[in-house]
Amino acid sequence: MTALAATAATSTGEAVQFWVLGTVAVLGGLGTVLLRRAVHSALCLAGTMIILALFYLANGAYFLGVVQIVVYTGAVMMLFLFVLMLVGVSAADSLKETLKGQRWMAALCGLGLGTLLIVGIGQVSVGGFNGLAAANAQGNVPALASLLFTKYVVAFEVVGALLTVAAVGATLLTHRERVEKNKSQREQAIERVRGGTQLPPLPAPGVYARHNAVDRPALLPDGSPAELSVSPTLRSRGQIREVSSEQLARLAAIEQRTAEYQGRPTYPGPKDPGERALERETAGEEEAARNGQPSEPEDAAGTEREEAAK
Amino acid sequence: MSPINYVYLAALLFTIGAAGVLIRRNAIVVFMCIELMLNAANLTLVAFSRMHGNLDGQIMAFFVMVVAAAEVVVGLAIIVMLYRARHSASVDDASLMKL
Repeated sequence: MTALAATAATSTGEAVQFWVLGTVAVLGGLGTVLLRRAVHSALCLAGTMIILALFYLANGAYFLGVVQIVVYTGAVMMLFLFVLMLVGVSAADSLKETLKGQRWMAALCGLGLGTLLIVGIGQVSVGGFNGLAAANAQGNVPALASLLFTKYVVAFEVVGALLTVAAVGATLLTHRERVEKNKSQREQAIERVRGGTQLPPLPAPGVYARHNAVDRPALLPDGSPAELSVSPTLRSRGQIREVSSEQLARLAAIEQRTAEYQGRPTYPGPKDPGERALERETAGEEEAARNGQPSEPEDAAGTEREEAAK
Repeated sequence: MSPINYVYLAALLFTIGAAGVLIRRNAIVVFMCIELMLNAANLTLVAFSRMHGNLDGQIMAFFVMVVAAAEVVVGLAIIVMLYRARHSASVDDASLMKL
């Protein structure tokens, strides 16, 4: 077991491993800091942690290497991703600076700290590795356990208490007391009628002849998009795919050709609501004047036939 | 290869983490950078353990991991609570006591 790694002498293989994996670890760290999306940062950090686990294994810390993978990349990073999911994945960092020049100052401070550390380490002279051959003689885990439960047993107990307190604290912090009682369905209905906003169900999205995706707003009879038909989440993110004006124009052209073909009056295109209301009144008067004459049915089939012919 | 290389690498990662804590505004990313710093410290402890030929360094690293786990649990709970209160995870928005 100890012959595998963590010997006093370091092999060329270990040097190669160090330089290759170390580069990747630093890149992962830089990615964590520099990438704008929090999810990308989390993935970079997970990569760095896996590489650190490999370094632990190479240094004879077999138990810690496995714990690093299980606890850090397995549990802690998943917890991070879980909270990111709760808080909103799309939440990118804002580029607005509250304090002027704070970012540059921070980068400068980081650089200063880095030089200080590197120069400080450069002053130190160390020998080679002593190696863990003697310490790991009975295996890494039994050796760690015998140390943990004798020399460090008090610290171990305290850490146990800390974990318990942390678990209780987390549940206490995220627990929400319900201040008022839940509204029943009947109370909600009464409230909605009193408020007078949107009594019937909202219109369904994408009831447009060509697109039935949820991010396409339905079209009102005059061809203008119905914003209410798209989910509020998509609306607030600005992910509504507008029925483009050229598409509306194409539709109007088809309508017009159909009308010409059948000798109907031409379709005037989308109108604003005021004009529409006015027209409805005049239409009602005309209807009364015509007195029960059967109106021409809306010929949707004609449009389709025209399209198929092309 | 000298054992000091591991210490250099850990110093580099620690610096990157510290700069990240100062630069980033998203509380969750700040937290991740703190994790990076803790991990860098662990790497030095493990390297020192091998350097000196005893396992005390590994025990220290083990305790650091446990404390980091407790810290993550409480910290993320605080972030979730802050997010519920002000619908943002940006550390700039928590400025209620600013003059």
